[in-house]
Amino acid sequence: MDVKAFLKKASEAPGVSGFEYVTVAPIIREFMAPLVDEVKTDALGNLIGLKRGEVGTRNPKVMLAGHMDEVGMMVTRIEDRGFLRFTDMGGVDPRILPGHEVVVHGKMPLRGIVGVKPPHVMARDEMSKTYKMEDLFIDVGIPGEKVRELVSVGDLVTYHRQFTELMGDLVAGKSFDDRAGVAVILVALEELRKYRYTADVYAVATTQEEAGLRGAAVSSYGIFPDVAIAIDVCQGDTPGVPEWRTQSLGKGPALCMGGNIHPKVYEGLTKAAADLGISVQQEVAPGPTGTDAWAMQVAREGVATGLISIPLRYMHTSVETLSVGDIEKAGKILARFIASVDAGFVEGLTKWI
Amino acid sequence: MDLRELASLPGVSGHEGKVRETLISWLREMGYEPRTDVLGNVIVRTGGRGPKVMVDAHMDEVGLVVTAIEKNGFVRFQKVGGIDDRVLLSKRVFIGEERVPGVIGVKAIHMQEPKEWEQVIPWHTLTIDIGAKSKEEAEKKVKVGDYIVFDTEYEEIGDDLVKSKALDDRVGCAVLLELLKEKWEKLELYCVFAVQEEVGTRGARVAAYEIAPDIGIAVEGTICSDLPGCEEHQWVTKLGGGAALSVMDRGSIPSRRMLEEFLRLARENGIPVQFRESGAGGNDAAAIQLARSGCPVASVSVPCRYIHSPVSLASKKDFQSVVKLLILFLKSVEGGFRP
Amino acid sequence: MTDEMFQLIKGATEAFGPSGSEEPIREFIKARVKDYVDEVKTDPLGNLICVRKGPAGGKKVLLDAHMDEIGLIVTHIDDKGFLRFSNVGGVNPYITLGERVYFANGTTGVVGIEKIDDPKEVKLEKLFIDIGAKDKAEAESKVRVGDMAAFQRHAERMGSRIASKAMDDRIGCVVVMETLRRVKSPRHTIYAVFAVQEEVGLRGARVAAFGIEPDVGIAVDVTRTGDTPKAITMDVSLGKGAAIKVKDSSLICHPGLRKYLEKLAAERNIPYQLEVLEAGGTDSGAIQMTKAGVPAVVVSVPCRYIHSPSEVVDENDVEACINLLVAAVESPLDF
Repeated sequence: MDVKAFLKKASEAPGVSGFEYVTVAPIIREFMAPLVDEVKTDALGNLIGLKRGEVGTRNPKVMLAGHMDEVGMMVTRIEDRGFLRFTDMGGVDPRILPGHEVVVHGKMPLRGIVGVKPPHVMARDEMSKTYKMEDLFIDVGIPGEKVRELVSVGDLVTYHRQFTELMGDLVAGKSFDDRAGVAVILVALEELRKYRYTADVYAVATTQEEAGLRGAAVSSYGIFPDVAIAIDVCQGDTPGVPEWRTQSLGKGPALCMGGNIHPKVYEGLTKAAADLGISVQQEVAPGPTGTDAWAMQVAREGVATGLISIPLRYMHTSVETLSVGDIEKAGKILARFIASVDAGFVEGLTKWI
Repeated sequence: MDLRELASLPGVSGHEGKVRETLISWLREMGYEPRTDVLGNVIVRTGGRGPKVMVDAHMDEVGLVVTAIEKNGFVRFQKVGGIDDRVLLSKRVFIGEERVPGVIGVKAIHMQEPKEWEQVIPWHTLTIDIGAKSKEEAEKKVKVGDYIVFDTEYEEIGDDLVKSKALDDRVGCAVLLELLKEKWEKLELYCVFAVQEEVGTRGARVAAYEIAPDIGIAVEGTICSDLPGCEEHQWVTKLGGGAALSVMDRGSIPSRRMLEEFLRLARENGIPVQFRESGAGGNDAAAIQLARSGCPVASVSVPCRYIHSPVSLASKKDFQSVVKLLILFLKSVEGGFRP
Repeated sequence: MTDEMFQLIKGATEAFGPSGSEEPIREFIKARVKDYVDEVKTDPLGNLICVRKGPAGGKKVLLDAHMDEIGLIVTHIDDKGFLRFSNVGGVNPYITLGERVYFANGTTGVVGIEKIDDPKEVKLEKLFIDIGAKDKAEAESKVRVGDMAAFQRHAERMGSRIASKAMDDRIGCVVVMETLRRVKSPRHTIYAVFAVQEEVGLRGARVAAFGIEPDVGIAVDVTRTGDTPKAITMDVSLGKGAAIKVKDSSLICHPGLRKYLEKLAAERNIPYQLEVLEAGGTDSGAIQMTKAGVPAVVVSVPCRYIHSPSEVVDENDVEACINLLVAAVESPLDF
């Protein structure tokens, strides 16, 4: 599994929530298909790969969820001269947009620029104010009537950004949140070849996480797994942010604990990491984790959930940065954990005393 | 088996273990066979044939959780559930299973600039001091992920009042235990001691999905602001004013037929009741109402002053009113009442 | 628009029914759709579910419109007989001040305010309802804590436009009712859900959809417009046709199904426009999340001044929405 090759291809593809199943899912399917027994999709576009465990009387069902959607923008209005007004889809900081290159996904992809007024014509105090989404517009450089032919309200806009290798094993790009999670799942599926296990593994690239954990909610209802593990990103160490509120890049994935996480799943993941001699970091979520785990936990009669996170700097920007090694380590831990899940483990999940 | 012990147990959302253990041992002593589900709810089924009635109280309380230990041994934390930052200062807490004592310190007023006196001190600037000199020393006692509770002592004070932490919602748990002292025959009664209400009514949601009740009742410790500075129409409930019946909150609108039945039973049996005079807040009824194809619900509460703070107050008389009213209601269901 | 159609809209919008107190509007709709459907039932939360059977091999299509409206709920009655209240759904205090409201039993009230020094102090907590009672006892003989009130306004025609309270979403109810009446040969079994409690969190649609397990969900609701002076940035205008929703904060409409409706509208010359609503949700948000997921979309009636006592729609948009829904249920829906 060439993590960098996958990340490059997957992260450069456009895939805003609700439309990711058209553009990103085929790329993931291409990498996932050789590693599983079958692949299907559901009504909300979740991509579900099934890798069966060794035949047993009752194979535990383990669901892995990494979301394939990304934050982005949507056209809300086309101005007379062809400038596009837009809204954000899933939490974009408008302050990063001025001067950013974007792609408008109309009848054909159009390159565009989020325009800014030149400083020369600004009043002195204007520069000390931040841009709001409604102040911004996209310039696709073609006349208004032509724009109307090619673009309509509701068309999507994504960051234009190429995958970049930095020093060491750090890489930067857009939409690592959460194509990195999908990469972890692929690594885990490959690692599983080294083990004998009875669990049926449902590898799910979920949709619409950024819009409200929607893909995970319905796919976990459909699969109704015994154990569900979300693989997502968490805040990486960043200058200006207190150290105790972040996780370090390159020191292994973070294992989350808290009400959203079943303690036995947390223990299982911790043990798997220890058995492999892989260092991990600890993350505490006092309430909502804001990840697919939050939705999966309350599917039907309830699901035992876990959460592995890859430390990531500059989340939701177009220069998200992470350590490839953390992805590989997380995949190995997951595979080891899955191999340890048997009928007895599942039975124990409802025994709180 | 009493409220004193129940309310004194630690049970921050997601860490309800001690409350769960204690309830299960009491329920077993009472002859029941409680079970737990995957989220950790405690569920008791009793009664005979008849409509399925789910009566719910939540085990969890608001509190804090350890998120990091600093190099100098101070403990960093986050809030679990809705706590006003302003009540945290200068409080004593217990951390984790070993009940390690600590204090939430605050910079001495002498060391603050006058403009700081006007400002709320946000939780993320506070630390807990357990007396450790270093991270290594602190880690011998405390670890990341440990829950933290206020150390308020349960006492009976004033005019038949109880003072404690976590009355929201251990009073509800205590009410359920009272209901289970009765014998039920013509209904299928599910008493659910739920986890994780304070972080989004999550325990009740999965329990209600499993049970698929015909009738749902949330038993709560609810807002009571009959206080100086609040006009009467802002009180929500009055301490000692009787069982509080919700008319609507942000999570659910109760079944009008159930509400009428509660009022009739109270009137005919001389049980003090009051309306919960607010549209704010929410409780497990929100989750029960939306289970599967929907379920009529109502909420009956014990008024508790100062909930979500280290110390709350409730009236034993109100508690008794809630118990009596619920017993009468369940008997009415046995007698054929349907919402 | 025929007078008959206007009378239907007038009756539907003027009927009483804040969230959780939908009985009068439920009875109104039930009486008018029962002849056009094969089955009528209500569920534990009070949703009205009407089934029109289609041929074997068709899909289960859920057509949803919510019948609840925003309103006020009495939380306290003071010694002098004034009522304090909380909001049921999104109620704007500025719009509520000075309004006339009514209760299910016909009691009328007017909304007054405490003495204030600054218009910014207009908050719901400072408002009260005066029902003309001289004291608490007289007030309690008419109204109880927990009773709900709705805006008291009549429907009026203004050219091709119609103004009324509760267009949100009685106009959607009318669209679904008319679809049931006008559809000749549905290719699918229609589950028309007149849902409760949308304004307080899409609750009715959620439980109804769970029981129905539809193959396709289409909600009809109102949407905002960008065509008034200094309005929000939004490309929806009154009179430009049915608005086919792309997204709002509760859902991203299934792109395949949404484009199918666009194509259908274009083929049938039904005027339509695309809608991106930045804030606000609709029942399809709940329908989409049913069980393992349901492809869902929204057909919106453009509406000005939503959540005010004078919500305004255009009759041509209403017709376009009805035509689009009829076309949809008579089409293969093979998106």
